[in-house]
Amino acid sequence: MTATTNRPTTTPTGATEAVGAVAGTATTIRPKKPVLAASGGPVKRPSAAAHLSEADVERLGKELDALRDRIIATRGAKDAAYIRRVIRVQRTLEVAGRATLLLSKKKSAFVAGTAMLSVAKILENMEIGHNVLHGQWDWMRDPDIHSTTWEWDFVTPAAAWKHTHNDLHHTWTNVLGKDKDVGYSTLRMAEDQPWRPHNILNPVINGILAPFFEWGIAIYDLELEAVQEGEKSKEDLKKDLKALGRKVVRQFSKDYVATPVAAMPFGSGKQALLGTFTANAIRNVWAHSVIFCGHFPDGVDVFTEEEIEGETRGDWYIRQMLGSANISGSKLMHLMTGNLSHQIEHHCFPDLPSNRYHEVAVELREICQRYGLPYTTGPMPKQVYQAWAKVFRLALPNRPRPLPKGSADAVNAPVPPRRGAALPMVARVG
Amino acid sequence: MTQFRALRRVASLLTTPREPEDFLNLVNPLASARQLRGVVTKVVRETADSTTIHFRPGRGWNPHAAGQWARIGVEIDGVRQWRSYSLSAAVGHDPAITVTAIGVVSTALARDTKVGDILFLDTPQGDFVLPEHPRPLLMLTAGSGLTPVMSMIRTLVPRRPDADVVLIHSARTRDEALFHDELLELADQFPGLTVRHWFTREEGGRRLDLSDVTDLETLCPDWRDRAAYACGPTEFLDAASELWLRDGEDPAHPHLTIERFAPVLLEGSGGEGGLLTFEKSDKELEVGGDVPLLEAGEECGVVMPSGCRMGICRSCLVPLVAGKVRDLRTGEVHGDEGELIQTCVNAAAGPVHLDI
Repeated sequence: MTATTNRPTTTPTGATEAVGAVAGTATTIRPKKPVLAASGGPVKRPSAAAHLSEADVERLGKELDALRDRIIATRGAKDAAYIRRVIRVQRTLEVAGRATLLLSKKKSAFVAGTAMLSVAKILENMEIGHNVLHGQWDWMRDPDIHSTTWEWDFVTPAAAWKHTHNDLHHTWTNVLGKDKDVGYSTLRMAEDQPWRPHNILNPVINGILAPFFEWGIAIYDLELEAVQEGEKSKEDLKKDLKALGRKVVRQFSKDYVATPVAAMPFGSGKQALLGTFTANAIRNVWAHSVIFCGHFPDGVDVFTEEEIEGETRGDWYIRQMLGSANISGSKLMHLMTGNLSHQIEHHCFPDLPSNRYHEVAVELREICQRYGLPYTTGPMPKQVYQAWAKVFRLALPNRPRPLPKGSADAVNAPVPPRRGAALPMVARVG
Repeated sequence: MTQFRALRRVASLLTTPREPEDFLNLVNPLASARQLRGVVTKVVRETADSTTIHFRPGRGWNPHAAGQWARIGVEIDGVRQWRSYSLSAAVGHDPAITVTAIGVVSTALARDTKVGDILFLDTPQGDFVLPEHPRPLLMLTAGSGLTPVMSMIRTLVPRRPDADVVLIHSARTRDEALFHDELLELADQFPGLTVRHWFTREEGGRRLDLSDVTDLETLCPDWRDRAAYACGPTEFLDAASELWLRDGEDPAHPHLTIERFAPVLLEGSGGEGGLLTFEKSDKELEVGGDVPLLEAGEECGVVMPSGCRMGICRSCLVPLVAGKVRDLRTGEVHGDEGELIQTCVNAAAGPVHLDI
């Protein structure tokens, strides 16, 4: 038996009819995700992959499938111990941070408490929440660490986020009009998005979004655009609003009522309020930065729906690779980004345990090199700078110009790795 | 209790979206809002292959009746595995299970469990329990089938001077016989217990024969006057129930109560299988027609409700969204939208969508 999760499946010819036949009129069983073609390929491959033949792409798909199977076969007690350790550290930090904030009248306690709570919140969202909600730890069958039971310290309810993130963003990665993560419906983040006058506010909107990122995501997860376009019913919106309301009340009262009230007897009510607010803001800015590094630095491709028509498994993998960018850095950096610093690996295999991505990265990079595909990576400041530069650049309409580094037409150009630059990242096969 | 609840509610204001217990877990591993756990307090090697594991359950456990079983969850290579085990301790004592190293889960439990380990638990269940009114009893057991009966004997014999129990226990050898010395001591100490061991090897390889009454007459001449309990391998139990039926057993008022450890599956009832989709969990799996839906779900990491794993307790029900399933006991293909499916004894018959 082979389990398939979080990625489109290839359905053998004829299976769709069989599905319909068994379901009869009761409930139509339809694939939730686009069904990938078993063979062939899109009419035109992205220019960075244009040199690959159909056989190359098929072989690449098989290699990546095998890589995934190898990791799955070796998941075990060590990985389980890892996530439990991270959870233990996170909860200890959270308790210690809040307890210290009770005495935040003293400046040192304020700084220490806020710092501990910020780190706890970052770990909770990134290495734990995001990854648990992806089902990366479902294989343990522990109902306490499971995508179906997990709720996170973030205003958007887990269920709403799982839909827009796992189903939409991860399936339609960087497909304009489909992957609403491209600019989160409000920002212009790709040259191919038509310019509208309000895009002049791109930097302002992004500047406000960063410290209030969780609220941005909460609104985004309501899918207001889909309601306007009639793709999502008013009733569903009402249900989602109610769920969000309940979550907002709980989150708000924890950080902005219960914690300050508990600190009042120690004369630290106001400082504790400032502490929790700051911790949330720090977490928000961090999450915003990490996520913008994932798909918006130079070297990352966007696609249109027509371009991905006829995608095979190999093409799907290629789109994930071309549409994502990594962050290079230390082990601590990987932990604090929830291993989204391995965005490329995460997008190819969203449900592999995050602690194994560094292992996948070694092989994936080698595969990219062998097939002559770009593998975009860089240190965080550089990636953040590039993402912000794009925010500013795209505030204005596109203008024809010579090709400086990082311009629209050069997005497929290989970005050499900063470290180990001796390895040429582009080596064409054959 | 109300004070505790009020305190918990206040604490949860600070711990949301987690429960206060999730933080208490840092210091007390038995505290969990979602999962009942127990900590292993004693491990006793019974025979070369079997081990008794005593544990202290956390809050939420119900005291067991003699003869009941409980689901025990254990982590093997990072993956939670659940199996049902009879509780062998006397009523009123902390529970214990006696595990024989057969199969991956039982082998891991029997060989690797240490004092201080955490077991995941479900509350005790089962109808294989002592009669309400005192009656002469006959216990007929083989191999590890002795475990639930041991709880009955330990509960009844020392406490009731009017107890009248005959135990016929079959094992391959003296060394492999569970609780051998303890049983002989109990029989020595209390006149209410008579123990008849049958060691197949010492009988020249001849198994206890229940195809006719000869062996039974020899070991317990007044067997017809006793309420009988049987527990052991499938063939052993099939032979016993046939013997009682032939002897004029009235199925409405049976004298023989049976505890089975495995479901009776129809041979060759497996069909073609199909693509199984767990809708809420967002998982898919291509399965064969002979794989219970429960096992398939566990295989891909869905937290499936489960119980006896043999089609009796109905703890494993999951609503069917679409598709057809095959009952592995009867071979019947069934399935209406919304029907609650016993996932432990049903397999996919074509593509199936489950609401979990």
